[in-house]
Amino acid sequence: MGKSTTPWRRYGRKVTENQQPSPPAADPDSASASQMDINAEIAAIAKDYDPQTAPETQPRLDYAPYRSSLLRHPTKALQHADPETIELYTPVFGQRDIGAAESDLTIQANGEPVGERIVVTGRVLDGDGRPVRHQLVEIWQANAAGRYIHLRDQHPAPIDPNFTGVGRTITDGDGRYTFTTIKPGPYPWKNHHNAWRPAHIHFSLFGTDFTQRLVTQMYFPGDPLFALDPIYQSILDPVARDRLVATYDHNVTQHEWATGYNWDIVLTGSHPTPMEEN
Amino acid sequence: MSKLAPTPGQTVGPFFGYALPYDGGADLVPTSHPGAIRLHGTVYDGAGDPIPDALVEIWQADETGCVPRVPGSRSRDGWTFTGFGRVAVDPDGHYSFTTVRPGPTEEGAAPFFAVTVFARGLLHRLLTRAYLPLDAGAVAADAFLSSLPEDRRGTLIARADEQGLVFDIHLQGDDETVFLSYGDD
Repeated sequence: MGKSTTPWRRYGRKVTENQQPSPPAADPDSASASQMDINAEIAAIAKDYDPQTAPETQPRLDYAPYRSSLLRHPTKALQHADPETIELYTPVFGQRDIGAAESDLTIQANGEPVGERIVVTGRVLDGDGRPVRHQLVEIWQANAAGRYIHLRDQHPAPIDPNFTGVGRTITDGDGRYTFTTIKPGPYPWKNHHNAWRPAHIHFSLFGTDFTQRLVTQMYFPGDPLFALDPIYQSILDPVARDRLVATYDHNVTQHEWATGYNWDIVLTGSHPTPMEEN
Repeated sequence: MSKLAPTPGQTVGPFFGYALPYDGGADLVPTSHPGAIRLHGTVYDGAGDPIPDALVEIWQADETGCVPRVPGSRSRDGWTFTGFGRVAVDPDGHYSFTTVRPGPTEEGAAPFFAVTVFARGLLHRLLTRAYLPLDAGAVAADAFLSSLPEDRRGTLIARADEQGLVFDIHLQGDDETVFLSYGDD
Protein backbone atom coordinates (compact mmCIF):
# COMPACT_ATOMS: atom_id res chain seq x y z
CA MET A 1 0.00 0.00 0.00
CA GLY A 2 1.88 3.03 -1.22
CA LYS A 3 5.17 4.13 0.23
CA SER A 4 5.67 4.30 3.95
CA THR A 5 8.54 6.73 4.12
CA THR A 6 7.19 9.55 6.25
CA PRO A 7 8.85 9.87 9.65
CA TRP A 8 5.46 9.57 11.31
CA ARG A 9 4.80 6.18 9.78
CA ARG A 10 8.28 4.91 10.55
CA TYR A 11 7.83 6.04 14.12
CA GLY A 12 4.54 4.20 14.42
CA ARG A 13 6.04 0.99 13.18
CA LYS A 14 9.24 1.25 15.21
CA VAL A 15 7.38 1.71 18.45
CA THR A 16 5.27 -1.32 17.74
CA GLU A 17 8.29 -3.45 16.89
CA ASN A 18 9.91 -2.61 20.21
CA GLN A 19 6.83 -3.52 22.19
CA GLN A 20 5.64 -6.90 23.24
CA PRO A 21 2.72 -8.00 21.08
CA SER A 22 -0.20 -6.14 22.55
CA PRO A 23 -2.58 -8.41 24.48
CA PRO A 24 -5.76 -8.32 22.41
CA ALA A 25 -8.10 -8.44 25.38
CA ALA A 26 -6.61 -5.36 27.03
CA ASP A 27 -8.74 -2.87 25.15
CA PRO A 28 -10.77 -3.96 22.17
CA ASP A 29 -10.71 -0.46 20.69
CA SER A 30 -7.23 0.70 21.59
CA ALA A 31 -5.92 0.66 18.00
CA SER A 32 -2.46 -0.10 19.35
CA ALA A 33 -1.39 -2.87 16.98
CA SER A 34 0.30 -2.19 13.67
CA GLN A 35 -0.89 -3.50 10.34
CA MET A 36 2.04 -5.93 10.47
CA ASP A 37 0.81 -7.27 13.81
CA ILE A 38 -2.67 -7.74 12.38
CA ASN A 39 -1.29 -9.37 9.22
CA ALA A 40 0.65 -11.82 11.38
CA GLU A 41 -2.45 -12.70 13.40
CA ILE A 42 -4.50 -13.14 10.22
CA ALA A 43 -1.79 -15.38 8.73
CA ALA A 44 -1.48 -17.51 11.88
CA ILE A 45 -5.21 -18.23 11.92
CA ALA A 46 -5.30 -18.86 8.17
CA LYS A 47 -2.41 -21.32 8.46
CA ASP A 48 -4.44 -23.57 10.73
CA TYR A 49 -7.44 -23.57 8.44
CA ASP A 50 -7.83 -26.61 6.22
CA PRO A 51 -10.47 -26.10 3.53
CA GLN A 52 -10.31 -29.82 2.68
CA THR A 53 -11.97 -30.93 5.91
CA ALA A 54 -15.14 -28.88 6.27
CA PRO A 55 -15.12 -25.59 4.38
CA GLU A 56 -16.35 -22.74 6.55
CA THR A 57 -18.97 -20.69 4.76
CA GLN A 58 -19.43 -18.00 7.40
CA PRO A 59 -17.08 -15.67 9.27
CA ARG A 60 -15.55 -16.81 12.54
CA LEU A 61 -17.38 -15.02 15.30
CA ASP A 62 -14.29 -15.37 17.48
CA TYR A 63 -11.73 -13.57 15.36
CA ALA A 64 -9.22 -11.61 17.44
CA PRO A 65 -7.68 -9.60 14.56
CA TYR A 66 -11.04 -7.79 14.52
CA ARG A 67 -10.63 -6.31 17.99
CA SER A 68 -14.26 -5.37 18.52
CA SER A 69 -15.21 -9.05 18.28
CA LEU A 70 -13.26 -9.98 21.43
CA LEU A 71 -16.04 -9.34 23.91
CA ARG A 72 -18.89 -9.68 21.44
CA HIS A 73 -18.71 -13.28 20.27
CA PRO A 74 -20.45 -16.19 21.95
CA THR A 75 -18.00 -18.64 23.48
CA LYS A 76 -20.45 -21.54 23.48
CA ALA A 77 -21.41 -23.46 20.36
CA LEU A 78 -24.60 -22.45 18.62
CA GLN A 79 -27.44 -24.70 19.74
CA HIS A 80 -29.17 -26.66 17.03
CA ALA A 81 -32.88 -25.96 16.72
CA ASP A 82 -35.48 -27.32 14.35
CA PRO A 83 -37.28 -24.32 12.96
CA GLU A 84 -40.80 -23.92 14.31
CA THR A 85 -43.70 -22.37 12.44
CA ILE A 86 -42.88 -18.69 12.91
CA GLU A 87 -39.30 -19.28 11.78
CA LEU A 88 -40.46 -20.90 8.55
CA TYR A 89 -42.07 -17.62 7.52
CA THR A 90 -40.62 -14.20 7.05
CA PRO A 91 -41.93 -10.65 7.27
CA VAL A 92 -43.74 -9.51 4.15
CA PHE A 93 -42.63 -6.22 2.61
CA GLY A 94 -44.19 -4.38 -0.29
CA GLN A 95 -43.82 -1.21 -2.30
CA ARG A 96 -45.48 0.70 0.54
CA ASP A 97 -42.46 -0.14 2.70
CA ILE A 98 -40.03 1.77 0.50
CA GLY A 99 -39.89 5.21 -1.05
CA ALA A 100 -40.38 5.70 -4.77
CA ALA A 101 -36.80 6.65 -5.64
CA GLU A 102 -34.95 4.78 -2.94
CA SER A 103 -33.21 2.37 -5.34
CA ASP A 104 -31.40 5.32 -6.95
CA LEU A 105 -29.05 6.86 -4.41
CA THR A 106 -27.95 9.54 -6.89
CA ILE A 107 -31.31 11.35 -7.09
CA GLN A 108 -32.25 11.72 -3.44
CA ALA A 109 -31.11 15.35 -3.14
CA ASN A 110 -31.36 18.48 -5.20
CA GLY A 111 -28.00 17.97 -6.85
CA GLU A 112 -25.80 15.20 -8.19
CA PRO A 113 -23.50 13.42 -5.74
CA VAL A 114 -19.79 13.49 -6.50
CA GLY A 115 -18.03 10.32 -7.57
CA GLU A 116 -18.12 7.38 -9.92
CA ARG A 117 -21.74 6.51 -10.76
CA ILE A 118 -22.33 2.75 -10.70
CA VAL A 119 -25.18 0.29 -11.14
CA VAL A 120 -25.17 -2.71 -8.79
CA THR A 121 -27.56 -5.51 -9.65
CA GLY A 122 -28.02 -9.17 -8.86
CA ARG A 123 -30.44 -11.83 -7.73
CA VAL A 124 -31.35 -12.98 -4.25
CA LEU A 125 -31.56 -16.78 -4.27
CA ASP A 126 -32.03 -19.64 -1.85
CA GLY A 127 -29.70 -22.62 -1.68
CA ASP A 128 -31.60 -24.37 -4.45
CA GLY A 129 -31.23 -21.39 -6.75
CA ARG A 130 -34.84 -20.31 -6.39
CA PRO A 131 -35.41 -16.55 -6.52
CA VAL A 132 -36.45 -14.74 -3.35
CA ARG A 133 -39.30 -12.75 -4.85
CA HIS A 134 -40.75 -9.41 -3.76
CA GLN A 135 -38.53 -9.13 -0.73
CA LEU A 136 -36.85 -6.13 0.89
CA VAL A 137 -33.20 -5.30 0.17
CA GLU A 138 -31.59 -2.44 2.12
CA ILE A 139 -28.15 -0.93 1.54
CA TRP A 140 -25.97 1.73 3.16
CA GLN A 141 -22.51 2.93 2.33
CA ALA A 142 -19.86 5.65 2.54
CA ASN A 143 -19.67 8.34 -0.11
CA ALA A 144 -16.97 8.60 -2.79
CA ALA A 145 -14.58 10.13 -0.26
CA GLY A 146 -15.07 7.28 2.23
CA ARG A 147 -17.30 9.23 4.60
CA TYR A 148 -20.56 8.05 6.12
CA ILE A 149 -23.30 10.53 6.91
CA HIS A 150 -23.47 8.90 10.37
CA LEU A 151 -22.58 11.28 13.22
CA ARG A 152 -20.15 8.80 14.68
CA ASP A 153 -18.02 8.88 11.53
CA GLN A 154 -15.38 11.48 12.30
CA HIS A 155 -13.13 10.66 9.33
CA PRO A 156 -11.96 14.08 8.05
CA ALA A 157 -13.18 13.53 4.52
CA PRO A 158 -15.90 15.66 2.97
CA ILE A 159 -19.57 14.94 3.49
CA ASP A 160 -21.46 15.08 0.20
CA PRO A 161 -24.65 17.10 0.70
CA ASN A 162 -26.18 15.25 -2.24
CA PHE A 163 -25.52 11.74 -0.97
CA THR A 164 -26.96 9.98 2.06
CA GLY A 165 -25.69 6.54 1.07
CA VAL A 166 -28.96 4.79 1.99
CA GLY A 167 -31.01 2.75 -0.49
CA ARG A 168 -33.93 0.31 -0.47
CA THR A 169 -35.72 -1.78 -3.02
CA ILE A 170 -38.01 -4.78 -3.37
CA THR A 171 -36.79 -7.69 -5.50
CA ASP A 172 -38.75 -8.38 -8.66
CA GLY A 173 -40.42 -11.66 -9.64
CA ASP A 174 -37.03 -13.04 -10.64
CA GLY A 175 -35.46 -12.14 -7.29
CA ARG A 176 -33.53 -9.28 -8.89
CA TYR A 177 -32.53 -6.05 -7.21
CA THR A 178 -30.92 -3.04 -8.90
CA PHE A 179 -29.38 0.03 -7.30
CA THR A 180 -27.85 3.09 -8.91
CA THR A 181 -25.30 4.64 -6.59
CA ILE A 182 -21.80 6.10 -6.25
CA LYS A 183 -18.76 3.87 -5.80
CA PRO A 184 -17.84 4.18 -2.12
CA GLY A 185 -14.31 5.07 -1.07
CA PRO A 186 -12.20 3.10 1.40
CA TYR A 187 -12.07 4.62 4.86
CA PRO A 188 -9.90 4.49 7.98
CA TRP A 189 -11.08 2.88 11.19
CA LYS A 190 -9.68 2.32 14.64
CA ASN A 191 -9.11 -1.42 14.74
CA HIS A 192 -5.34 -0.89 14.61
CA HIS A 193 -2.88 1.78 13.57
CA ASN A 194 -3.43 2.88 9.96
CA ALA A 195 -6.34 0.49 9.47
CA TRP A 196 -8.39 0.94 6.29
CA ARG A 197 -11.53 -0.86 5.21
CA PRO A 198 -11.81 -1.98 1.59
CA ALA A 199 -14.57 -0.11 -0.21
CA HIS A 200 -17.88 -1.84 0.43
CA ILE A 201 -21.65 -1.54 0.39
CA HIS A 202 -23.60 -2.93 3.37
CA PHE A 203 -26.53 -5.16 2.40
CA SER A 204 -29.46 -6.28 4.56
CA LEU A 205 -31.56 -9.18 3.25
CA PHE A 206 -34.59 -11.24 4.13
CA GLY A 207 -35.32 -14.67 2.68
CA THR A 208 -38.44 -16.78 2.66
CA ASP A 209 -37.67 -18.02 6.21
CA PHE A 210 -36.71 -15.78 9.10
CA THR A 211 -33.69 -18.02 9.73
CA GLN A 212 -32.25 -16.82 6.40
CA ARG A 213 -31.89 -13.26 7.68
CA LEU A 214 -28.57 -11.87 6.46
CA VAL A 215 -26.57 -8.68 6.86
CA THR A 216 -23.36 -8.59 4.89
CA GLN A 217 -21.03 -6.40 2.82
CA MET A 218 -20.38 -6.35 -0.92
CA TYR A 219 -16.85 -5.57 -2.05
CA PHE A 220 -15.34 -4.46 -5.36
CA PRO A 221 -13.03 -6.67 -7.44
CA GLY A 222 -9.27 -6.34 -7.05
CA ASP A 223 -9.26 -4.24 -3.89
CA PRO A 224 -5.67 -4.10 -2.56
CA LEU A 225 -6.99 -3.81 1.01
CA PHE A 226 -8.55 -7.31 1.08
CA ALA A 227 -5.42 -8.96 2.49
CA LEU A 228 -5.17 -6.34 5.24
CA ASP A 229 -8.78 -6.30 6.39
CA PRO A 230 -9.68 -8.46 9.42
CA ILE A 231 -13.41 -8.21 8.72
CA TYR A 232 -13.07 -9.64 5.22
CA GLN A 233 -10.43 -12.14 6.40
CA SER A 234 -12.68 -13.38 9.21
CA ILE A 235 -14.15 -15.65 6.54
CA LEU A 236 -11.30 -18.13 6.50
CA ASP A 237 -12.23 -19.96 3.34
CA PRO A 238 -10.89 -18.00 0.34
CA VAL A 239 -13.61 -19.34 -1.94
CA ALA A 240 -16.31 -18.33 0.56
CA ARG A 241 -15.03 -14.80 1.10
CA ASP A 242 -14.70 -14.30 -2.64
CA ARG A 243 -18.50 -14.64 -2.74
CA LEU A 244 -18.67 -11.16 -1.24
CA VAL A 245 -16.86 -9.63 -4.22
CA ALA A 246 -19.01 -8.26 -7.03
CA THR A 247 -18.11 -8.85 -10.68
CA TYR A 248 -17.59 -6.03 -13.11
CA ASP A 249 -20.18 -6.64 -15.84
CA HIS A 250 -20.03 -4.65 -19.04
CA ASN A 251 -23.57 -5.75 -19.84
CA VAL A 252 -24.70 -3.84 -16.76
CA THR A 253 -22.59 -0.81 -17.66
CA GLN A 254 -24.69 1.90 -19.29
CA HIS A 255 -23.49 3.93 -22.25
CA GLU A 256 -22.13 7.31 -21.17
CA TRP A 257 -23.81 6.93 -17.78
CA ALA A 258 -22.54 4.36 -15.26
CA THR A 259 -20.28 1.35 -14.87
CA GLY A 260 -21.97 -1.87 -13.80
CA TYR A 261 -21.43 -4.58 -11.23
CA ASN A 262 -23.23 -7.86 -10.73
CA TRP A 263 -23.56 -9.53 -7.35
CA ASP A 264 -25.86 -12.46 -6.63
CA ILE A 265 -26.69 -13.30 -3.03
CA VAL A 266 -27.44 -16.83 -1.85
CA LEU A 267 -29.27 -17.20 1.45
CA THR A 268 -28.80 -20.24 3.64
CA GLY A 269 -30.56 -23.48 3.00
CA SER A 270 -33.29 -24.66 0.71
CA HIS A 271 -36.70 -23.90 1.99
CA PRO A 272 -39.92 -24.55 0.15
CA THR A 273 -41.95 -21.40 -0.10
CA PRO A 274 -44.75 -21.75 2.44
CA MET A 275 -48.15 -22.11 0.91
CA GLU A 276 -49.99 -18.84 0.85
CA GLU A 277 -53.22 -18.99 2.79
CA ASN A 278 -55.06 -16.61 0.55
CA MET B 1 -30.64 -29.83 -7.75
CA SER B 2 -27.14 -28.92 -6.71
CA LYS B 3 -26.93 -26.73 -3.67
CA LEU B 4 -25.58 -23.22 -3.96
CA ALA B 5 -23.17 -22.16 -1.25
CA PRO B 6 -24.48 -19.34 0.93
CA THR B 7 -23.16 -15.82 0.79
CA PRO B 8 -21.26 -15.18 4.03
CA GLY B 9 -22.44 -12.61 6.55
CA GLN B 10 -20.42 -9.63 7.73
CA THR B 11 -20.79 -7.32 10.70
CA VAL B 12 -23.46 -4.64 10.59
CA GLY B 13 -20.66 -2.24 11.59
CA PRO B 14 -21.01 1.03 13.50
CA PHE B 15 -22.86 3.10 10.91
CA PHE B 16 -26.21 1.34 10.43
CA GLY B 17 -28.03 3.88 12.55
CA TYR B 18 -29.14 6.12 9.70
CA ALA B 19 -30.03 3.19 7.42
CA LEU B 20 -31.78 0.36 9.25
CA PRO B 21 -33.83 1.78 12.13
CA TYR B 22 -37.00 3.56 11.08
CA ASP B 23 -39.87 5.46 12.67
CA GLY B 24 -42.30 3.04 14.25
CA GLY B 25 -39.88 0.12 14.02
CA ALA B 26 -40.28 -0.64 17.72
CA ASP B 27 -44.06 -0.30 17.75
CA LEU B 28 -45.73 -3.45 16.44
CA VAL B 29 -48.91 -2.14 18.04
CA PRO B 30 -49.75 1.26 19.53
CA THR B 31 -49.40 1.48 23.30
CA SER B 32 -53.18 2.03 23.36
CA HIS B 33 -53.79 -1.46 21.94
CA PRO B 34 -55.71 -3.45 24.58
CA GLY B 35 -53.18 -6.29 24.55
CA ALA B 36 -50.09 -4.09 24.30
CA ILE B 37 -47.05 -5.14 26.30
CA ARG B 38 -43.49 -3.95 26.44
CA LEU B 39 -40.73 -6.37 25.41
CA HIS B 40 -37.44 -4.86 26.44
CA GLY B 41 -33.97 -5.63 27.67
CA THR B 42 -30.30 -4.81 27.49
CA VAL B 43 -27.63 -6.23 25.18
CA TYR B 44 -24.40 -7.01 27.07
CA ASP B 45 -20.85 -7.89 26.07
CA GLY B 46 -18.54 -10.41 27.72
CA ALA B 47 -17.37 -7.90 30.31
CA GLY B 48 -20.96 -7.37 31.40
CA ASP B 49 -21.02 -3.90 29.84
CA PRO B 50 -24.00 -2.78 27.77
CA ILE B 51 -23.40 -2.63 24.02
CA PRO B 52 -24.44 0.79 22.72
CA ASP B 53 -24.36 -0.06 19.01
CA ALA B 54 -26.50 -3.16 18.59
CA LEU B 55 -29.68 -3.67 16.59
CA VAL B 56 -32.45 -6.06 17.64
CA GLU B 57 -35.21 -7.48 15.45
CA ILE B 58 -38.21 -9.55 16.44
CA TRP B 59 -40.59 -11.64 14.34
CA GLN B 60 -43.65 -13.16 15.93
CA ALA B 61 -47.13 -14.58 15.63
CA ASP B 62 -50.13 -12.54 16.74
CA GLU B 63 -51.99 -13.18 19.99
CA THR B 64 -53.90 -16.09 18.48
CA GLY B 65 -50.79 -17.79 17.09
CA CYS B 66 -51.41 -16.73 13.49
CA VAL B 67 -48.38 -15.79 11.43
CA PRO B 68 -48.90 -12.33 9.86
CA ARG B 69 -48.61 -12.30 6.06
CA VAL B 70 -49.11 -8.61 5.40
CA PRO B 71 -46.70 -5.83 4.38
CA GLY B 72 -46.29 -2.54 6.14
CA SER B 73 -43.65 -3.12 8.83
CA ARG B 74 -41.70 -0.10 7.54
CA SER B 75 -44.80 2.06 7.08
CA ARG B 76 -47.14 1.14 9.89
CA ASP B 77 -50.76 2.21 9.62
CA GLY B 78 -51.49 1.74 13.33
CA TRP B 79 -54.09 -0.95 12.66
CA THR B 80 -52.32 -3.81 10.92
CA PHE B 81 -50.21 -6.27 12.89
CA THR B 82 -47.24 -7.24 10.69
CA GLY B 83 -45.30 -9.27 13.27
CA PHE B 84 -41.93 -7.64 12.60
CA GLY B 85 -40.09 -5.08 14.67
CA ARG B 86 -36.64 -3.53 14.52
CA VAL B 87 -34.97 -1.16 16.94
CA ALA B 88 -31.46 0.06 17.70
CA VAL B 89 -30.39 -0.04 21.32
CA ASP B 90 -29.98 3.28 23.14
CA PRO B 91 -26.62 4.49 24.50
CA ASP B 92 -27.20 2.26 27.54
CA GLY B 93 -27.59 -0.83 25.37
CA HIS B 94 -31.32 -0.96 26.04
CA TYR B 95 -33.99 -1.83 23.49
CA SER B 96 -37.76 -1.68 23.82
CA PHE B 97 -40.64 -2.91 21.66
CA THR B 98 -44.37 -2.33 22.06
CA THR B 99 -46.11 -5.49 20.93
CA VAL B 100 -48.46 -8.29 21.95
CA ARG B 101 -47.79 -11.70 23.42
CA PRO B 102 -47.42 -14.23 20.63
CA GLY B 103 -49.84 -17.13 20.74
CA PRO B 104 -48.68 -20.72 20.20
CA THR B 105 -48.11 -21.56 16.52
CA GLU B 106 -47.93 -25.29 17.07
CA GLU B 107 -49.87 -27.67 19.27
CA GLY B 108 -48.01 -28.06 22.55
CA ALA B 109 -45.11 -25.79 21.61
CA ALA B 110 -44.27 -22.91 23.90
CA PRO B 111 -44.77 -19.50 22.25
CA PHE B 112 -41.75 -17.30 21.58
CA PHE B 113 -40.51 -14.24 19.75
CA ALA B 114 -37.87 -15.03 17.09
CA VAL B 115 -35.02 -12.61 17.82
CA THR B 116 -32.09 -11.50 15.67
CA VAL B 117 -29.14 -9.56 17.09
CA PHE B 118 -26.66 -7.45 15.12
CA ALA B 119 -23.80 -5.34 16.49
CA ARG B 120 -20.53 -3.74 15.64
CA GLY B 121 -17.95 -6.38 16.59
CA LEU B 122 -20.36 -9.21 15.85
CA LEU B 123 -19.25 -10.73 12.55
CA HIS B 124 -22.48 -12.55 11.75
CA ARG B 125 -25.99 -12.03 13.07
CA LEU B 126 -27.13 -14.19 15.95
CA LEU B 127 -30.54 -15.84 16.06
CA THR B 128 -32.31 -16.73 19.27
CA ARG B 129 -35.77 -17.03 20.84
CA ALA B 130 -37.43 -15.10 23.63
CA TYR B 131 -40.00 -17.41 25.21
CA LEU B 132 -42.89 -16.14 27.27
CA PRO B 133 -42.51 -16.90 31.00
CA LEU B 134 -43.03 -20.61 31.60
CA ASP B 135 -43.39 -22.86 34.58
CA ALA B 136 -41.18 -25.91 35.01
CA GLY B 137 -43.84 -28.22 33.63
CA ALA B 138 -44.17 -26.21 30.44
CA VAL B 139 -40.41 -26.14 29.97
CA ALA B 140 -40.24 -29.89 30.37
CA ALA B 141 -43.07 -30.32 27.88
CA ASP B 142 -41.34 -28.26 25.18
CA ALA B 143 -39.11 -30.44 23.01
CA PHE B 144 -36.56 -27.73 22.29
CA LEU B 145 -36.29 -26.12 25.72
CA SER B 146 -36.02 -29.46 27.47
CA SER B 147 -33.18 -30.42 25.09
CA LEU B 148 -31.03 -27.57 26.45
CA PRO B 149 -28.69 -27.89 29.43
CA GLU B 150 -30.73 -27.03 32.49
CA ASP B 151 -28.52 -24.13 33.53
CA ARG B 152 -28.85 -22.41 30.15
CA ARG B 153 -32.59 -22.70 29.46
CA GLY B 154 -33.34 -19.64 31.49
CA THR B 155 -31.43 -17.40 29.07
CA LEU B 156 -34.22 -17.91 26.52
CA ILE B 157 -37.13 -17.22 28.83
CA ALA B 158 -38.32 -13.66 29.29
CA ARG B 159 -39.30 -12.57 32.78
CA ALA B 160 -42.37 -10.55 33.59
CA ASP B 161 -42.20 -6.99 34.83
CA GLU B 162 -44.96 -4.45 35.43
CA GLN B 163 -45.03 -3.37 31.77
CA GLY B 164 -44.64 -6.72 30.12
CA LEU B 165 -41.52 -8.77 29.51
CA VAL B 166 -37.79 -8.38 30.02
CA PHE B 167 -35.38 -10.24 27.77
CA ASP B 168 -31.70 -9.40 28.24
CA ILE B 169 -29.20 -10.60 25.66
CA HIS B 170 -25.66 -11.57 26.70
CA LEU B 171 -23.36 -12.08 23.72
CA GLN B 172 -20.71 -13.63 25.99
CA GLY B 173 -20.03 -14.47 29.62
CA ASP B 174 -21.52 -16.50 32.46
CA ASP B 175 -25.06 -15.67 31.41
CA GLU B 176 -24.35 -16.07 27.69
CA THR B 177 -27.62 -16.33 25.81
CA VAL B 178 -28.26 -19.56 23.92
CA PHE B 179 -27.91 -18.71 20.22
CA LEU B 180 -29.33 -20.94 17.58
CA SER B 181 -28.29 -22.71 14.41
CA TYR B 182 -30.82 -24.27 12.10
CA GLY B 183 -28.30 -26.64 10.59
CA ASP B 184 -27.95 -24.99 7.20
CA ASP B 185 -25.20 -22.48 7.78
